[in-house]
Order: sequence, then structure tokens, then C-alpha cells
Amino acid sequence: MLTKRLIACFDVKEGMVTKAHKFQNNIDIDTAENIARRIYRDQIDEVIFYDITASSEKRKIDLGTVKRVAAHVFVPFTVGGGIKNLNDMYDVLKAGAEKISIDSMAVRNPGIIREGAAAFGRQCIVLSMQVKRVAKTPRIPSGYEIAIDGARVFTGMDAVEWAKRGEDLGAGEICVNSIDRDGTHSGYDIEITSLISDNVNIPVIASGGAGNPGHVAEVFLKTGASAAIISSMLYSPAIGRNYSVKEVKEKLMECGIPVRPWIQDYSV
Amino acid sequence: MIGIIDYKAGNAPSVLNALHRLGVPSSLVSSPDGLRAAAGIILPGVGSAKATMDSLKDMGFIDALEERVLKEGIPFLGICVGFQVLFEHSDEGDVDCLGWMPGEVKKYPEDMVRVPQMGWNEVKFVRRHAILSSLNDSEFFYFVNSYYVIPRDENIVLAKTRYGIEFCSMAAYKNMCAAQFHVEKSGAVGLKVLRNFAWMAGGKHC
Repeated sequence: MLTKRLIACFDVKEGMVTKAHKFQNNIDIDTAENIARRIYRDQIDEVIFYDITASSEKRKIDLGTVKRVAAHVFVPFTVGGGIKNLNDMYDVLKAGAEKISIDSMAVRNPGIIREGAAAFGRQCIVLSMQVKRVAKTPRIPSGYEIAIDGARVFTGMDAVEWAKRGEDLGAGEICVNSIDRDGTHSGYDIEITSLISDNVNIPVIASGGAGNPGHVAEVFLKTGASAAIISSMLYSPAIGRNYSVKEVKEKLMECGIPVRPWIQDYSV
Repeated sequence: MIGIIDYKAGNAPSVLNALHRLGVPSSLVSSPDGLRAAAGIILPGVGSAKATMDSLKDMGFIDALEERVLKEGIPFLGICVGFQVLFEHSDEGDVDCLGWMPGEVKKYPEDMVRVPQMGWNEVKFVRRHAILSSLNDSEFFYFVNSYYVIPRDENIVLAKTRYGIEFCSMAAYKNMCAAQFHVEKSGAVGLKVLRNFAWMAGGKHC
């Protein structure tokens, strides 16, 4: 049986992992390389790395850090931030990543999803979307709107419609990040995660708001999400208590959710 | 030396990283000549069967591979699409493949499961093999695939996995082993499989 995945997500700025609250007030935690090494040994199922300032500083993604992280991570590794074209994608894959996350760029140029999927396979392309709860209108019937550029610019696009279009264009996965819940540690936005996973047939990743293992169990029990992003609860000093991957998995198993078993001897 | 076939669209760098971690002499091979020095060959894979076959043909790899793997019989490991193209035909792009193993490649039933399959799934071994040394009877590995192989000869099946249907997740035939899952991205257990393969090809002295 296919198990539910736990994904650790790092926001990286100049090689350092930082943690924000609703996209603001970042604090540095440690180098990306150190965190990657630690989280791999902790038996995380997958890792995502966002170069959060590449886009706004109009520079290419920091490939040196991608390489250093890839040398320690023998589970799937996704990279996002500042990716504009097929060449950028190829550079990131060559540096050792498996998947590419595209967000604002996909809204500006949806064709990049199709081009990326054609060149590298749809499994390579993660469509990441920042969603915010708004009033339901004829233009936004789901009541969730897509924002871009670090959640600063609103697009007037409906989140569910954009997810369906992303699937049609060739995305292999959709990561749904709730702007309202990001960094709040109050639990995932169950409603939008559920709406999107019911409307597409590709895997959906729940993101934003997890503060304890119970939140992770909730999103898997109440929605069709295939994976969940946990970050703060693993390493953020801004949260009351940090958890190991093993503790999160124990909670999920207790709730009858299938997970990759934690193993005693993880050295080779 | 383990030669990892680098045909640009594949994820050869990840396989190289994993072998380096294990201390196994290995290098990326992007031309048929590079295969001469290899004591073992890995054909990694992501993307589609058709694109992979096209790249192997365009880069002139097919004759050199058949010489070393089929005639000389050096250890060979296929991963993901590098597993699928070993069979006779794939529905993905309706393409004739290498035909080193009897059987064909079909898509998962989309009315039953999300496609692609993406994540850790249980692999149950149906017989023992040197590449499974020190592994349990079943282990979890990372899969990313929309298509799966249907071998015509049940004897080559090495492992089975369920995703909507039960499918062959690993096969072994003569000097060839192949896995549908990504050994290079399956944590410590995946690294063990790579280490076993390297050992079959001569270990640190390969």
C-alpha cells in the first residue's frame, strides 16, 4: 500500500535555513547543509528547498547550496525559487534535485508547466500554489484565491480552477500552501486541501500551519492529501516543542494512517 | 568502476551521489566508448520510455550496451524507466524497447488510483538474490511511476508491490537486475541495494 509522505520544507536565504511567520520576520536557524544532514538521518520521507529570495532579487537559484544538500539527502529532493525556463530546470536537476517547484512563474507563464513536463517528465514538476481564503464570488467560486510573489500580489484566480488547469498542463503534483495558516502552528486548512485533492487525480501536498503531529493526522484523515509538509515542528525555535520524524510517524500509525516504518538501524 | 548512463533527461547525478556516499568508484557515461571501462552498468531513468529510447538511440548507446550486457554479461542494474525499457514494448509513447526481458509496459488504471504513483510503497520479495543481501522479506522504497511492467515469464519476477493492482516491482534475469522504484532515493535501504549491486560488480575494486 502506498504510504502517506512527510516532507520537510526549508526556506533558504544565502545558504541559511530561515523561518517566517505569515511570510515575514524571518529568523535564521542553521545552514541548509546541516539541516539536510540532520533531517535525512531523522528518516524524513522527502525534502523541499525554496530559495526564497532568488525571485525577488532576480537572480538564479543558489546551485552551490543545492549540490551541498543533495550530497546528504538520499530521499527525493525538490527545489524551487527563481526558476524561469528549461535551462534553469536542467541546472537544478543536474545539481542533484529530482523535482522542480514552480509557483509565481507558472501563473505568469503557464506554458512552463507543459514545457517542463515534456522535457523532464511530469513527475518532475510540482505546481506550488499560495492560497488565501476570500469571499466566494462568481470569479472565485471556491472562496480561495491564488497569490504570488511571496503572497504579496493577488491574482484574481480561483485556487481549484488553477489546480485543475495545472494538472491538465502536466504538473505531477500540487502543493497547496495556505497563506492564512502559514507559520501559525494552528493546523492545515482542511477545506481547501480537501477541495483540491477531490478535484485532481495527481498527488496533493498539504502545506502551511502544522504545529504538532495531531495536525498531520487530521489532514490525512479528513482530506485526500498524499503528503504533508512539516517544518516548524521539526526545527523551529519559535514553536513550544519540536518533534522528531519518528514521533510524528508514531502518531500517524496510532491513527491507522499508513506510513513508511521508522527503522532502527538507518546507517549503511 | 560502475558506469552510470547519463542521457540528460535521466537523474544520473543522484545515482552518482549515492555511489559516492558508498565509496564505490563510479562515473557518469555519456558516450558508448565510456562503457568499455565499466565493471557494472546502471541505467537510471525518469521521464518517458519513448524519450529514453530516443536518447539511447541518438547517443549511439544500444549496440555498446548489448555488447557489454548481453554478450559479455557484466552486472547491469535498471532503475524506473531504465527498468521499463528492458522489456519489449511500452504503451508510453507506443514505443518498441530493448526487449532484453520478455513482456510489456502498461499504464496504471486511472479510475482506481492517482497517477503518477508517487511515494513510499511496500516491496515484497518473492525469492532471494544477491542484490537483496541483508534486506528483510519486505522493505519500503520510493516510487514515481505512471506505468508498470508485465513480464511474460513469471520466473524473472523478484518482487511485487500493490498500487490499485499488484505489479512486478523488481526483476532479475541472468546478469540483469532492475527495479521500478528509485534505489538511489530510498534512504538507507535503497543504498544497501546499490551497495549489493556494486559488490556484484567487484566492490570497491570494481
